[in-house]
Amino acid sequence: MKEVLLVMVSAIFINNVVFARFLGICPYMGVSKKIATASGMGMAVTFVMTLATAITFLLNKFILIPFNIAYLQTIMFIVVIASLVQIVEIALKKLSPALYQALGIFLPLITTNCAILGVAILSIQNSYSFGISVLFAFCSGLGFCLAIIIFSGIRERIEDADIPECFKNIPIALITAGILAMAFMGFSGLVK
Amino acid sequence: MNAWQEFNKGIIKENPVLVALLGLCPVLAVTTTVINGLGMGLATTFVLLGSNIVISLISKLIPSKVRIPCYIVVIATFVTIVDLLIQAFSPALNKSLGIFIPLIVVNCMILGRAEAFASRNKLWYSILDALGMGIGFTLALFLLSAIREILGSGTIFGIAIAGNMPPILIFVLPPGAFAALGFIVAAVIYFTKKNKGAK
Repeated sequence: MKEVLLVMVSAIFINNVVFARFLGICPYMGVSKKIATASGMGMAVTFVMTLATAITFLLNKFILIPFNIAYLQTIMFIVVIASLVQIVEIALKKLSPALYQALGIFLPLITTNCAILGVAILSIQNSYSFGISVLFAFCSGLGFCLAIIIFSGIRERIEDADIPECFKNIPIALITAGILAMAFMGFSGLVK
Repeated sequence: MNAWQEFNKGIIKENPVLVALLGLCPVLAVTTTVINGLGMGLATTFVLLGSNIVISLISKLIPSKVRIPCYIVVIATFVTIVDLLIQAFSPALNKSLGIFIPLIVVNCMILGRAEAFASRNKLWYSILDALGMGIGFTLALFLLSAIREILGSGTIFGIAIAGNMPPILIFVLPPGAFAALGFIVAAVIYFTKKNKGAK
């Protein structure tokens, strides 16, 4: 139980995918102008990340390791993730049009989101068990949600602020992210 | 566009990091020291060059519907080559770049060049494009990592230069990475606007 709690707190706050691990910065910068789109992206990432980590874990355990081809990890994982995203898109369209409406446009963007592949590789490097891996992925996704939603809230405010011409848009967003990262560093004392 | 312009555009005018803001994850993550920054830059340049060459050669054979998965497989192959090479020849670099070596495969700059340039241009131009973009990427990493290493640990290439000045630790930590890149991008925007005004 202690391990479960530790993985959860660590993945969401302390080793936040965006602020501590620098994963998924492209969508983090790209789709964080509005809270609505940011939360859509966050949910899509959490969903695909959990699914992708579960599948790549099984792939690694039952195919790559028994056949001794662990060096093909990168190629296998990215192909699996790319096809998974396609399948999820098709399945959502058929099964749950409402969810597809909400997440649909973000799904194609997720293939090249390094957070997905990064978390899949990290959970194997950390040699977690299957359950913990899935939990780790889900909580990392929640961490991404938290980061992007807070950030988009701040960016909506910044839109109206009077800032120097050359700092508008991306530069001020990067500096805001820096200050947010500093706030998240406050969590690092939580677990020893 | 002549060959020189093809090569030149990636270095300053269309710099993948400072102007197009592509592939920011490795840019922010590995630039704590100049050596890491340069190592990442060169590894990415190698992958970009390899994938641009192969994709430019085979782009006519690939049906356009499945082109993106094909590009990703080509890129992933070169990433695996780089990964194994770094593991074999530089364990220290392998350790400090860590997970970001396999993650070169999802660097959107590489897929972007494959889709926007290599698949539509001849081999020679694709090579020039890859070299220019790769050098631009490496230069941006070098700039950011030099600033972070000098301010954050008072060294450059691991040699102490700051004397008695205490290092500003925040620059090697994540917040410093975001803020330093923010200021660099702001400076780039400022100077581009100034140049346009002068013309």
